[in-house]
Amino acid sequence: MTMTATARRRRGNLTKWLFIAPALLYMLLFFGYPLIRNVVMSFQDYTFSTYFTGKAPFNGLENWRAVFANELFGASLWHTLVFTLGSLAGQFGIGMALAVFFSRRFPLSGIMRSLLLLPWLIPMVVAGTVWRRVLDQETGVLNESLQALHLTSSAVPWLSSPDHALLSVVLVNIWIGIPFNMVILYGGLQEIPAELREAAVLDGAGPVRTFFGVTLPMLRPVVTVVLVLGFMSTVKILDLILALTNGGPAHSTETLGTLTYQLSFLQLDFGQGAVVGNVLIVISMVFAVIYLRANRGGAAR
Amino acid sequence: MSALARTAAPRPRRPLMTRRARSEAASTVFGLLVLAVLLFPLYWMVNTALQPGAAMAELRWFPSTLDLGNFQRAWESQAGNLLTSILVALGAVAVCLTVAAPAAYALARFRLRGADTVVFGTLITQMVPGIVVANALYNAYVELELVNSYLGLILADASLGLPFTIVLLRAFMVSIPEEVLEAGMLDGGGRLRVLVSVVLPMSRNALITGGLFTFLFAWSDFLFALTLNTTDAVKPVTLGIYEYIGAHVGDWGAVMAVAVLSSIPAAVLLVVAQKYVAAGISGGSIK
Repeated sequence: MTMTATARRRRGNLTKWLFIAPALLYMLLFFGYPLIRNVVMSFQDYTFSTYFTGKAPFNGLENWRAVFANELFGASLWHTLVFTLGSLAGQFGIGMALAVFFSRRFPLSGIMRSLLLLPWLIPMVVAGTVWRRVLDQETGVLNESLQALHLTSSAVPWLSSPDHALLSVVLVNIWIGIPFNMVILYGGLQEIPAELREAAVLDGAGPVRTFFGVTLPMLRPVVTVVLVLGFMSTVKILDLILALTNGGPAHSTETLGTLTYQLSFLQLDFGQGAVVGNVLIVISMVFAVIYLRANRGGAAR
Repeated sequence: MSALARTAAPRPRRPLMTRRARSEAASTVFGLLVLAVLLFPLYWMVNTALQPGAAMAELRWFPSTLDLGNFQRAWESQAGNLLTSILVALGAVAVCLTVAAPAAYALARFRLRGADTVVFGTLITQMVPGIVVANALYNAYVELELVNSYLGLILADASLGLPFTIVLLRAFMVSIPEEVLEAGMLDGGGRLRVLVSVVLPMSRNALITGGLFTFLFAWSDFLFALTLNTTDAVKPVTLGIYEYIGAHVGDWGAVMAVAVLSSIPAAVLLVVAQKYVAAGISGGSIK
């Protein structure tokens, strides 16, 4: 009797797992497998002939040595950090300001909030293309306007000078990321009971003190989620940079993402590409741990 | 999720309505200014696309006449790619929802050991960079002969929306009352029947949200299109516009027209499915 009961329960469990199996298999193939394969690939020698023979012999630490000796790797790592942290600071700061502003509710505020999502909803390649036009040194509307208003004496080489390009790419990415930050933070703000803020106001706190003393601490879990998700999605951005600068000029906007692409898909050295990819994963992983901790705290379901 | 729809808590009543009205009007004006600044590049995209292309120095701030020449050239070169984008995105939505719905249901309702680990794994997939996936996937695709195929790109693009959709659907399905499901089981339906005839119809909104976002992610995909295709056989419009800038750098009018055409799904989504978009961003918290 007990045997059949166990057997039945086991079969029941098996049926239940069949519901999950396709998704599980899918995620293992499209996320798990690439993680492992990249580690393996980073110890393999891919050359142009791999294309024809399909053979990529193991070559020990050769790829790792080559990548770490490559000056471009250090530069890309630096650009990635500047790009990610700069983008996050701008997106979060402006997103928060707009979230607070839109919490006031006024005529048309709902429609405005929706329209502001557009930069985030259009494909990144499209956003990059549009900004390439706007930032064009000779005929771009930004330089024309700045010069017409006498704010700059000569045309700013936004994307064409190695000194400006990274800053320009960061600015464009801030533009793309504002809506996401704004929406999540706005949602978080609505969850804070109004009485708390009103109590602070009754205690004589001004708007600034109310914000930093009451609102921000209450919002902390949401802030953590926004920043960590922002970090993980920003650190790997590739489309935008390829559309804006292709990593140039003079590699001044090369990031770990674009470098991986360059090595793997342009130089067909998938081994070295995998090394850079692995570094990118390690950086992401550190932040994933922070995210999951915050998530477990009940910040986002 | 409902936070966005909820109205503000009542404020203390003030005697001077005019002062409040004035401050609201000031807020609206400021809001419009913010909107004008942030949406200017998109306005400029449309403006450039609507003016005769060649002489860029003569570009005006407003299109004086409606010139569709740019759109005509854009359409001639990109119509096929737009169709590819639609097919790939629809395929990705179909794959994603088919795989995600049963899994989300099981993770939400069945008491299974290991289910938490699966949810954990689903969340953690976000940290895997697309280029890393592409790096490994390309080599696997070469072996499986999936390079330059619709199936290959659809499967890759579906992965962009899958974790998000599972998390979103699961969060919704947790809230379905147990009695409803039990009633379905009593009617003699198996678990699959209950899923199809009870759970899925009830989860309509969550399914729409998941589907819309997966469509948008797949439509916006550039990385997989770039790396998993070596010929022109399967070329979505994101890849088309990227190559178009390279080849027609002087013809900005047509390039911007392609950009406008590629932005249509996002714009339509905002108009038609506004509430789903807001729910999706705050509910899934994933991009």
